[in-house]
Amino acid sequence: MMQFYRSHILVCSGSNCSLRGSRAVREALVREVAAAGLAGEVKVVETGCFGLCEQGPTMIVYPEGVLYCKVTEADVSEIVRTHLLKGRRVERLLYQEPTVPKAIQLAPEVDYFKKQQRIVLKNCGTIDPESIDEYIANNGYEALGRAVTGMSPDQVIEEIKGSKLRGRGGAGFPTGLKWSSGRKAPGETKYIICNADEGEPGTSKDRLILEGDPHAVLEGMAIAGYAVGACQGFVYIRGEYVLAIERLQKAIDAAREYGLLGSGIFGSEFSFDIEIRTGAGAYVCGEETALIESMEGNRGEPRIKPPYPTDSGLWGCPTVVNNVETLANVPPIILNGAAWFAAIGSSNSPGTKVFTLSGDIVNKGLIEVPMGITLREIVYEIGGGIPGGRTFKMAQTGGTSGGCLPGTVLDVPLDADSLIPHGSGLGSGALLVMDDTHCVVDMAIAFARFFAHESCGKCTPCREGTPRFLEILQKIAAGQGRQEDLALLEELARVMLKAPLCPLGQTVPVPIMTTIRHFRAEYDAHINQKTCPTGVCQIGAPAVAD
Amino acid sequence: MTVCCQRTADLGTVAEIVKKYAGQPGALLPALKEVQRAAGHLTTELLDQVAKGLNLPLSQVYGVASFYTLFSITPKGKYIIRVCESAPCHMVGARSVLKQLERELGIAAGETTPDGLFTLETTSCLGICAVAPAIMVNDQVHGNLSPDSVPEIVRAYREKGGDE
Repeated sequence: MMQFYRSHILVCSGSNCSLRGSRAVREALVREVAAAGLAGEVKVVETGCFGLCEQGPTMIVYPEGVLYCKVTEADVSEIVRTHLLKGRRVERLLYQEPTVPKAIQLAPEVDYFKKQQRIVLKNCGTIDPESIDEYIANNGYEALGRAVTGMSPDQVIEEIKGSKLRGRGGAGFPTGLKWSSGRKAPGETKYIICNADEGEPGTSKDRLILEGDPHAVLEGMAIAGYAVGACQGFVYIRGEYVLAIERLQKAIDAAREYGLLGSGIFGSEFSFDIEIRTGAGAYVCGEETALIESMEGNRGEPRIKPPYPTDSGLWGCPTVVNNVETLANVPPIILNGAAWFAAIGSSNSPGTKVFTLSGDIVNKGLIEVPMGITLREIVYEIGGGIPGGRTFKMAQTGGTSGGCLPGTVLDVPLDADSLIPHGSGLGSGALLVMDDTHCVVDMAIAFARFFAHESCGKCTPCREGTPRFLEILQKIAAGQGRQEDLALLEELARVMLKAPLCPLGQTVPVPIMTTIRHFRAEYDAHINQKTCPTGVCQIGAPAVAD
Repeated sequence: MTVCCQRTADLGTVAEIVKKYAGQPGALLPALKEVQRAAGHLTTELLDQVAKGLNLPLSQVYGVASFYTLFSITPKGKYIIRVCESAPCHMVGARSVLKQLERELGIAAGETTPDGLFTLETTSCLGICAVAPAIMVNDQVHGNLSPDSVPEIVRAYREKGGDE
């Protein structure tokens, strides 16, 4: 018989909260609940990321929806005695709205959640990610069932095309079009690869999706397999993502046991299985052809395109590579229809986008918002603004491969194309906020150092060009720059935008040149007055401080 | 994950690992991972054994082993300290944390202490930007660091010393 509980306590077990001790908190809760004789009435559930990583460890007590933040093991007995036994909230642990001086009690009331629209993250923080039953109870695998029993592969592709879903990994390629190329490509054996090699600095959305709702990604992959005509899928995931790998493997095992992966899914002729492949530490492997090289057992160096992977990918077979977040969007589109999805957000890139907020922002963590939202709404309403009363200086969208944008861009609606005129894009959805204490030259050095480290060395423009960016910038930071150096950077940027083999090299100039474009005066101060306006750079120090 | 302790490679174990992967497509990376886990780091001798077992040129095996940051062809310390130096960590003082670690350990980034206890490395984004600046010591994450918090962390691992 199904057990009824009067209360459920959902404890976040995402990496960030785990790091802050959520496991010990959960174990203490289970102990204290049992000691209070409430084991039959209150259920403690380990769940995925709520997104409020800065406030961790977090938990929500249902049915009321009370959100407790920064809970320590020492707070647990008070929560049990005061909240669960006496029905009173523990005021001191309630979420404090940054903009409002009073504590907010209920999760749905918090600005942080109010402005969000959760499609991809709908189960993150509400179900136990290690329970396939809880996923199924929330319409899980219904879309796969509907696709394989009631739709032809072409109908599935038409639905995805109609939704206008675009890839969420950074390039924004239309997903339906990619699937259709994969389907049309001749060949008996085809593959689906889920790209979970998330390496873009400031991005952890794919990891938190996989940790919080692994089945959604598996279901999306199986639907992709059915549409494209593939019977084998792989998840290529960063080797560092230990918890996500563990949860994913458990999810695959459970889906196999339930017959949702394997042969004859839902009694149809369709068979599909999924295996995990772990990366070994190389940013460039997020590029799909480098990823395929790595899976084949080679150095992760990009291939020349064409041929595109949809024609000749893994072991020469047609291969569709989709990002984690893209795949997690697929089941809701099949369930609710293309028109429903196309109506959300902005018209040329509908749906939602998951962002990872980091830097000088009050609420760091994971959010999901409709496309078309402005940077101002994200930073000041959802993000809670800049801490310490400081002033917004710039935001870098799309990770280190994205551009740095000044305050004048705060009101531009964000979608896949709207930032292009300003020199950036949404990329993978990283959002790094910087206040006025940071120096643009110093930040540009950090970007250049990253690329110099991650350039795979295969093509000359990237291998030789990235260290030159770093050298010139370090000279400027040390007060040894000349005006000609800016022209030199411009010239280098022109070559790097076109000549490298893959997007890694081609994006190197983007973050660096946007800092010059939008903050030229600060460069001039370093070069002409030999001063760093923010006092970050050590003028007069040796140019190469590494 | 890179494994850190110095272990004597049992060539029999390595042979078994290689045998398990022989003939499988794309087996090189998983095979190298397992060999490294057993042996500590990938010596030329081990790479040669993997190459022969998987019927691949040694140049390819060496090329792969030296390409990825989680593989190591030189001996590493028992504790590998990885300092994230990506933008979100950089802007809140990752450089000063790195400098303090270099002072505390008496080595530069990329080096191993003479007692074989610590290797200091820099790394790209670890994806834990909410607790920036962050480092990883083997599989353990330490976040919200400042130069002042470095000595305590190093001391704790020194005290643990050889036994984990």
